[in-house]
Amino acid sequence: MKVIELKMTVTDSNDRDAETLRRELGERGIFLINLMSAPGSGKTTLISRTITDLAGRAKIAVMEADIASDVDAERISALGAESIQVHTDGMCHMDAGMTRAGLDGMDFSGGEIVFLENVGNLICPAEFDTGAHRNVMILSVPEGDDKPLKYPLMFQTSDALVITKMDAAPYFDFDLGAVIRRAKALNPGIRIFPVSAKTGEGMSEWESYILSEREDG
Amino acid sequence: MHELGIVKHVIRTLHDVAEENGVSRIGSVTLEVGEVSGVVLEQLVDCWNYFREKDDLVRGAPLFVETIEAVTFCTACEKTYGTVAHGKTCPFCGSGETYLLTGSEFSIKQIEAE
Repeated sequence: MKVIELKMTVTDSNDRDAETLRRELGERGIFLINLMSAPGSGKTTLISRTITDLAGRAKIAVMEADIASDVDAERISALGAESIQVHTDGMCHMDAGMTRAGLDGMDFSGGEIVFLENVGNLICPAEFDTGAHRNVMILSVPEGDDKPLKYPLMFQTSDALVITKMDAAPYFDFDLGAVIRRAKALNPGIRIFPVSAKTGEGMSEWESYILSEREDG
Repeated sequence: MHELGIVKHVIRTLHDVAEENGVSRIGSVTLEVGEVSGVVLEQLVDCWNYFREKDDLVRGAPLFVETIEAVTFCTACEKTYGTVAHGKTCPFCGSGETYLLTGSEFSIKQIEAE
């Protein structure tokens, strides 16, 4: 029996698939944003508000990834946006192959911004490239300002951090300055957007960011 | 479960490797896993033993795991220490300005090809 030395990281095959998917989507004019967060951070509410605010300025489609159920996709399609529900069958993250399969089930006319709402989890989604053009982490005020200390990889792999439920900040011991400092220590280039999808605070900065990043590709 | 997805990725990668090297059957697989890679070895082996029976390339192949010790470096006092025992805070000087040297690895080290 012959021994073959490999020293390959386990995610090698996924990394290749992700690069291919990212390039193909770019060629079709589709901009994919991977949204990652803990469960209950307000991802679907943030997406809903963004769809409403950008109506007429951007075509937004949404891929909801969950272990089971389709409650999130129902909320999105109620807004008239193209959406699909992907079930991961127990898997705790989306990979490039699953993302491709989900996108294949959607109708695009070109120029869409697609939000991939990843499985609610701050660990494994950070380890698997989905093929997205940007990775965005969502952190809600009630989760606390110490999250960067607990889940450093998520902060390191994200291009932007959206801090949601800012309207609830007065009721929690949430130090926005501490989050910004801790996140920047892990990832100096990370863009940070404190928002409230309820009051609209900070939403226009977040939406301008999406539109300008799409121009950059 | 995290390990389920990882085993699927390992098997996919092994198929790529087998094709590149003209291998039709793999006799064993050796992984290198860091102590703080976040993988639960018992679950990893359970998932492997389940999936290997569904795939002709790796049917019956044992999975060997070599553990790599997690070691953290302190930038304040420039000493190293065991991550599992002490975490992010340096046990010598109490600084939190530390980073992981080894321990997050998860790679396929080698395979035996039949």
